[in-house]
Amino acid sequence: MTRNGPLALLYHALFVVFMLAPIVIVCIVAFTPEGYLSLPTHGLSLRWFRTIAQYPEFIRAFWVSIWLGALSSAIALSLSVPAALAIARYRFKGRDALATLFMSPLMIPPVVLGIAFLRFFSLVGLGGTFVGLVLSHVVIVFPFALRLTLASAVGMDRAIEQAAVSLGASDWTVFRRVTLPLILPGLVSGWALAFIQSFDEVTMTVFVAAPGTETLPVRMFLYIQDNIDPLVTSVSASVIALTAIALVALDRLYGLERLLAGRGINEP
Amino acid sequence: MSFLVLRELKKTYGDFVAVEALSLDVQRGEFISLLGPSGCGKTTTLQMVAGFVEPTGGAILLDGHDLVAMKPSRRGLGVVFQSYALFPHMTAAENVAFGLEMQKVGRAERDERVRNALELVGLGGFAERYPRRMSGGQQQRVALARALVIRPHVLLLDEPLSNLDAKLREEMQIELRQIQRTVGTTTILVTHDQSEAMALSDRIVVMNGGRVEQIAAPQEAYERPATPFVAGFLGKTNELSGTARVEGGETRVVIADGRWASRRPIDGAVIASVRPEKIAFADCAAGRLTGLVKTRIFQGNHWLYRIETLAGQVFVIRQNGGEPMPAENDKVGLTWRPEDMALRAADGRR
Amino acid sequence: MSTPASDNAAPSAWLLSLPALVFFAVIVIVPLIMTVVLSFHDWGEYKGIQPVFILKNWIEIWSDPYFGEMFARTFRIAILVTLITAVFGAPEAYILNRMRAPWRGIFVLVLLGPLLISIVARTLGWALLFGGNSGVVNAALMKLGVISSPIPFMFTETGVIIALAHVLMPFMVLSVWAALQRVDPQIENAAASLGAGHFTTLRRVIFPQIVPGVLSGGIIVFALSASAFATPAIIGGRRLKVAATLAYDEFLNTLNWPLGAAVATLLLVCLVVTIVGANRLIERRYAEVFR
Ligand SMILES: Nc1ncnc2c1ncn2[C@@H]1O[C@H](COP(=O)(O)OP(=O)(O)O)[C@@H](O)[C@H]1O
Ligand SMILES: [Mg+2]
Repeated sequence: MTRNGPLALLYHALFVVFMLAPIVIVCIVAFTPEGYLSLPTHGLSLRWFRTIAQYPEFIRAFWVSIWLGALSSAIALSLSVPAALAIARYRFKGRDALATLFMSPLMIPPVVLGIAFLRFFSLVGLGGTFVGLVLSHVVIVFPFALRLTLASAVGMDRAIEQAAVSLGASDWTVFRRVTLPLILPGLVSGWALAFIQSFDEVTMTVFVAAPGTETLPVRMFLYIQDNIDPLVTSVSASVIALTAIALVALDRLYGLERLLAGRGINEP
Repeated sequence: MSFLVLRELKKTYGDFVAVEALSLDVQRGEFISLLGPSGCGKTTTLQMVAGFVEPTGGAILLDGHDLVAMKPSRRGLGVVFQSYALFPHMTAAENVAFGLEMQKVGRAERDERVRNALELVGLGGFAERYPRRMSGGQQQRVALARALVIRPHVLLLDEPLSNLDAKLREEMQIELRQIQRTVGTTTILVTHDQSEAMALSDRIVVMNGGRVEQIAAPQEAYERPATPFVAGFLGKTNELSGTARVEGGETRVVIADGRWASRRPIDGAVIASVRPEKIAFADCAAGRLTGLVKTRIFQGNHWLYRIETLAGQVFVIRQNGGEPMPAENDKVGLTWRPEDMALRAADGRR
Repeated sequence: MSTPASDNAAPSAWLLSLPALVFFAVIVIVPLIMTVVLSFHDWGEYKGIQPVFILKNWIEIWSDPYFGEMFARTFRIAILVTLITAVFGAPEAYILNRMRAPWRGIFVLVLLGPLLISIVARTLGWALLFGGNSGVVNAALMKLGVISSPIPFMFTETGVIIALAHVLMPFMVLSVWAALQRVDPQIENAAASLGAGHFTTLRRVIFPQIVPGVLSGGIIVFALSASAFATPAIIGGRRLKVAATLAYDEFLNTLNWPLGAAVATLLLVCLVVTIVGANRLIERRYAEVFR
């Protein structure tokens, strides 16, 4: 493979600056010692990070986001495993339609989903509840959970399960002792990716969340709508830092490109 | 009644016939090979016996019991897959123990049997290794031990040696045959390698396009192939056109300038099939097929000749015994014993 | 795929998919249908939602130019964002693909990682960069002498487009990169050995092969920018409305749910038609490339 020329590298450098600039500026401004938005020209300060502690709504929203992400990802994963096994292994009428349905939350604008959930949950009495929030997030993260479970189910040698069957294992034993351990790495990554998606989701959640059940991004969004100040900047910087750590970990664990690029359904 | 009976076994996928009315009787302790080119339905047949593919029609009886109605996990057959299909998250010993666990064999007996099985396949010291830390040959042995340890009624092997390199494959063939003799398990092997089938089996089932071409002992199938396909698949052969006439209890066969007397009652245009190593050189006496040596290739333990005759090209293989051999452009006569020649009618009748 | 487990595949497959299927039927399909139905209901400031079947909302969207303008803006932004990401993202994917071992992994992380960082945080970054008339971007541009007076970015389409292009750029890079990875790395050498210059190789050999990647990335970027919410809401402010932010207003500020539902339904229909149509077109044109 040939090297990139100097012009290409210059382009690349500018591109990277463009991609990182808004993220970096958030992290810089978060350390301002001033009482207003500004670049920290006279030294750095943690005062705005300390201020977060005085705003319990951010702390509460953070924990809502954590529990919501963990729970909805786990539910989505447990629904997606049998579905992924079905789609990966059988050729049946309606298979493509089923796959399209399961991936559809990626296609439907989150605003539309948010509106649909708001209407539906308020009619069935789940409006503004944590349960409603979890259900709606299961929908949002389901395609991501499915994609990774599907990838590991497709990648698995069918003969390994047949070997277990020929040795006398029942369906359930095969699943528990052979299939599950083999797709586990995919499941863990699927859960992690789903968690991050849930943790970042704002558009749909803005409709479903109520004051007690606001997630962190929703709280940040509503706060920014009123006013942008160093406080919300330091909250954002914390979120960026947390995501970056998760990202590097995930990259080590599974490979970021595999995580993001896998389309899964029709590609082996 | 035979131990394992396949009766009119059939498998279709839509309009496509993968296996067509396959009937086979297997005796207890017998080693049978299903032999044929890729895609001829060997794996499908094996998988129907194992229970992973449901037959479209026909029956499978094991010791008189209907196997088709039985769940694959209840059939008690040992299966060795082409990919070995070892459980990658278990050690060799855990792999082998799995089947015994399913049978709820007690701990002590289980350990004992696992140890014996691993010894049997020569892996005594590898019990705690994980499959990915083993070579192809070692994985193959673990797969074999895992299938044998449950004392299966029948051992099913799907191209078990095809992922090994040539040298290792030969060693494993010998070992496999030895193990099977020791344990005495009825065995069905699927392979596309005719030398492997002939080396290992008591009988071979030659398949082509979903149909059985011949079921016979290896030597018989080789010497007296039932169809041109079998003749061609089991090794090089010469197909020569001629005529045959029954004359006073004897059949006179004429191939170009050559004449033979055969016991086989057949009349009219015939095709004679002769293996290259059955043909000997002689002088150009009358009544002998004669030809000109076009090429001669030395292949170590034997010579390969291509002779131009009036009946077309003939290949001849002669052992390298040190005696002088015909050279290129020599004129030679060709002889073979009538019983080394398989005759069939040229229009396709048997 | 090799062999299916057995031939009565369909029942087991449906049985396995059943939990997810039921969940989707109840939690996705039913609410979506209810939304469409809602768009035909009546609403009044004092009477609230009236469960009747009328075309009032749809007629209002059709006849009031405000909505036409808003939808035109939405799709104008989406098209421009798609073009920008294609023009700038495709070359970057090419450069990325030519990088060597440690660098490639690092820059994949750097360029694709932002995809997983909260959209609110990323958009906040742009708000800080734009920062009214005295933001960092304007200061830098003026110092470089590119412009003489500050460009208004906040609360303008320009600002929304730049921020959205940033937010969605990883999708384009990812998609083109995926297409590039299917290209035989030897193919450039092959072209060179036939006497093609570097530029000719790019134009005649590489470019045709990444077009499918650009197109499928374009569909994704278009769909996501047409339905974008947080970025236009923060950068565009209260006055510069797009479809998603308008629907939000109708629901949570005006409380005219039926009208909001109609806007959302229309957005959904427009997007589905565009995506399906574009997919068809691409598949027909590039059937042999996509496979
Ligand atoms: N699930 C299936 N659906 C359709 N055709 C199949 C299926 N499984 C096998 N076949 C076809 O049946 C034929 C026999 O296959 P197989 O038994 O695997 O052959 P082999 O003799 O190489 O083991 C092949 O032509 C294969 O394409
Ligand atoms: Mg096979």
